[in-house]
Amino acid sequence: MTRLKRNFKRIWQDFYLVIIMLFLYAPIATMIVLSFNNSKSRSQWGGFTLEWYSQMFASRNIVSALQNTLAIAFLSALIATILGTAAAVAINSMKRVPRTVLIGLGNIPMLNAEIVTGISMMLTFIAFGVTMGFKTILIGHITFNLPYVLLSVMPKLKQTSKYTYEAALDLGASPLRAFFKVVFPDILPGVLSGFLLSFTMSLDDFIITHFTKGAGVNTLSTLIYSEVRRGIKPSMYALSTVIFVSVLILLFISNLSPKKQEKN
Amino acid sequence: MKKTLLILSAAGLSAMLLAGCGGQTGSASQGSGSSELYVYNWGEYIDESVIEEFEEETGITVVYDLFETNEEMYPIIEAGAVSYDVVCPSDYMIQKMRKNNLLAEINFDNVPNISQIDPAYMEMSKAFDPENKYSVPYCWGTVGILYNTKRLEELGVEPPSKWADLWDERLSGEILMQDSVRDAFMVALKKDGFSMNSTSVEELQQAKQALVEQKPLVQAYVIDQVRDKMIGGEAAVGVIYSGEMLYIQEEAANLGLDYTLEYVLPEEGTNLWLDSWVIPANAKNKENAEKWIDFLCRPEIAKKNFEYITYPTPNKGTFDLLDEELQNNKTVFPDTDTLVNCEVFEYMGDETDAIYNDLWKEVKSN
Amino acid sequence: MNKKILAGPYLVWMIGFVIIPLALIVYYGLTDRSGAFTMANVLSITKPEHIKALMLSLALSFISTVICLLLAFPLSMILRNRGMGKGSFIVFLFILPMWMNFLLRTLAWQTLLEKNGVINGILTALGLPRQNLINTPGAIVLGMVYNFLPFMVLPIYNVLCKIDDNTVNAARDLGAGFWQTLIHIWIPLSLPGIISGITMVFVPALTTFVISNLLGGSKILLIGNVIEQEFMKSSNWNLGSGLSLVLMVFILISMALIAKYDKNGEGSTF
Repeated sequence: MTRLKRNFKRIWQDFYLVIIMLFLYAPIATMIVLSFNNSKSRSQWGGFTLEWYSQMFASRNIVSALQNTLAIAFLSALIATILGTAAAVAINSMKRVPRTVLIGLGNIPMLNAEIVTGISMMLTFIAFGVTMGFKTILIGHITFNLPYVLLSVMPKLKQTSKYTYEAALDLGASPLRAFFKVVFPDILPGVLSGFLLSFTMSLDDFIITHFTKGAGVNTLSTLIYSEVRRGIKPSMYALSTVIFVSVLILLFISNLSPKKQEKN
Repeated sequence: MKKTLLILSAAGLSAMLLAGCGGQTGSASQGSGSSELYVYNWGEYIDESVIEEFEEETGITVVYDLFETNEEMYPIIEAGAVSYDVVCPSDYMIQKMRKNNLLAEINFDNVPNISQIDPAYMEMSKAFDPENKYSVPYCWGTVGILYNTKRLEELGVEPPSKWADLWDERLSGEILMQDSVRDAFMVALKKDGFSMNSTSVEELQQAKQALVEQKPLVQAYVIDQVRDKMIGGEAAVGVIYSGEMLYIQEEAANLGLDYTLEYVLPEEGTNLWLDSWVIPANAKNKENAEKWIDFLCRPEIAKKNFEYITYPTPNKGTFDLLDEELQNNKTVFPDTDTLVNCEVFEYMGDETDAIYNDLWKEVKSN
Repeated sequence: MNKKILAGPYLVWMIGFVIIPLALIVYYGLTDRSGAFTMANVLSITKPEHIKALMLSLALSFISTVICLLLAFPLSMILRNRGMGKGSFIVFLFILPMWMNFLLRTLAWQTLLEKNGVINGILTALGLPRQNLINTPGAIVLGMVYNFLPFMVLPIYNVLCKIDDNTVNAARDLGAGFWQTLIHIWIPLSLPGIISGITMVFVPALTTFVISNLLGGSKILLIGNVIEQEFMKSSNWNLGSGLSLVLMVFILISMALIAKYDKNGEGSTF
């Protein structure tokens, strides 16, 4: 390939990346702009203001929705990661049939329509007289997070050699110790990405929360949905902007840290 | 990868810690104890500082929850999975809840401020609560047409004065309709001179046909986004609740829009609606609920709410506190003689409800 | 210690919160309000308004899936060939939008697409005619592609990263051109990722009700909207469950079709 051609290809590729990024970030930019809008109206620019940022935490509904959202995301990701990792370890040592059954079970909430999953849980809670609230949302989120953990951990487990684990046992380590010393470090990246994925999915979920939530409990999603009726409070845009920017900064920091592995 | 993930997880954790023990607020058990109150209200339908004032004054902890539509609220109250102490549904839904024995009688000895409510609205309430035993009016209003004077001029269409004007072909793509079964059918039924509480299958079929014919002209079926869309000049006409008008007029003035938005009550008559506080039969803190209702009926408190939500208040005491200009604002507080053809929605039974819903689905899928 | 015990909590959880709930859907779907057995709810899918909503959902989600695939594959190729290894910043940029609330993102599209919205503002500034973008099937497809694109990019990118450079180089050395390597190396080897991607875009797109409400102006009724309305507005759980059952059958059929091509069946997603 000539150099010219290669350059051309590179430019074209950059162009493509930029277009996709524009597509992904255009609405986010819009939202950030709206968070500085002096008018409550979504479609009119009423001048620049920082008012919404100062009001952000003044609203009780927003604060408690934020707390719930973060608590549910964190707890559901944590519990799903523990349950899922344990299950993955067990499944990995199983024969073909039980293995397929268990994995298939996990795939149901992922392949099923979210609306059906949400509604079916709502029907169950009502049928068994469970008061809907924080805990039912948490249960819902753990359920749809489990398959993601399973899918992140299983491939890593497959790559580990069972001989190192057995060697550790032979050397006198207890099974638990052997697991945490030998197997766990190998699957840690899978466990972590399962956790992060669950956290993200939970944070972004609306449908399942919509059907499993109860009295006085809102997450940011359901609060926003109830506000669509009378217009979104711009404080909501402000809050989202803050969340977004903090995550972005964290990403930058973590990326700036050295030891960037270059792949040729 | 590992590192990024670790940092992100740590961030998630610390964010949670920062936000405080989030779980506690949410999972606060719905126990008995008389220091709690579960309120179920429309979104953005109260000045939040009013809740705080109530809590400070009474020492009652308010758990405040929101719903978007009457229809969404109903099964939740019916299933009883969540027991709310005080709810704010609309007229026809109150009737339905009453008929299905979901409401508790209010002990008006605990609500002395009921005297502040204009008797006219207690009279209006009788359409759905014949003995005024179950409900206390909170907000009321009419449904009308909002139009953009400049846009209509551009299109060469004269300002609308009746529902039938929403079938004008020149308004293609310029109409915003309400996205709720009853409101949409109200428009179509009233246009042809029928009652908005019609149960006649022929009348309903005719209304459905009219809505189907109108659909190509409709830009979108929305709920309260009518407000934002009209301010943004997205459409020429929209069906809207009168309560939004104060906000719209204020916002239009603030933004210095080059067009004016006017509200008209259609000649054929329209829907007169009333949202009232009721106490569900399974309420655990009934006395607190009565305290809540009484508190909201205080003229100063009702004024605060009125200023925030801008929907007309049935509170006579509050009305007297308002500026003269506002008192004379006929959009917000129309003269009673202009409301001759208006009706209040009634609950017509599950079967008729099902007919409405099916017909509406046919309109939507067309 | 028997490792298999570790699957116990998971199994109990899945039975309690997946199997039992689904059984309830089946129960409600096959009974009427009085609890008697009936097929009416399931068969009501043949009513013209339901069948129309289902067909429209199938069509729109199919189109969205194809567009996602067409966008995601070259994107993943570029990311991989640029040596943007796993966990690199750029890759995270594709997940990042998900941290901004889904409803807000979709609402922001309203602001962009409206008649007097940002895009039309740019068009008029350039002297181009205004376009009618919002409240069309196109807007719904756009919303679907926007919201579900990351679910297509990530699995494809992950399998592409696993492909050995040597395989590709070998093909080149043997004289294969760009298209030949694409068809004989890249696509077959990334098939598991493509399949996960298709599943993860198609299913949520098929069943969404929020996107069609917000970007379709509620003028366009999808099967998700019908089901949501039956549960939340008409309080007809039986009909809603019956239609959910039909929807599940459709998803199962699509999955079975897809699974025929998926030899590696498990764990290829992330």
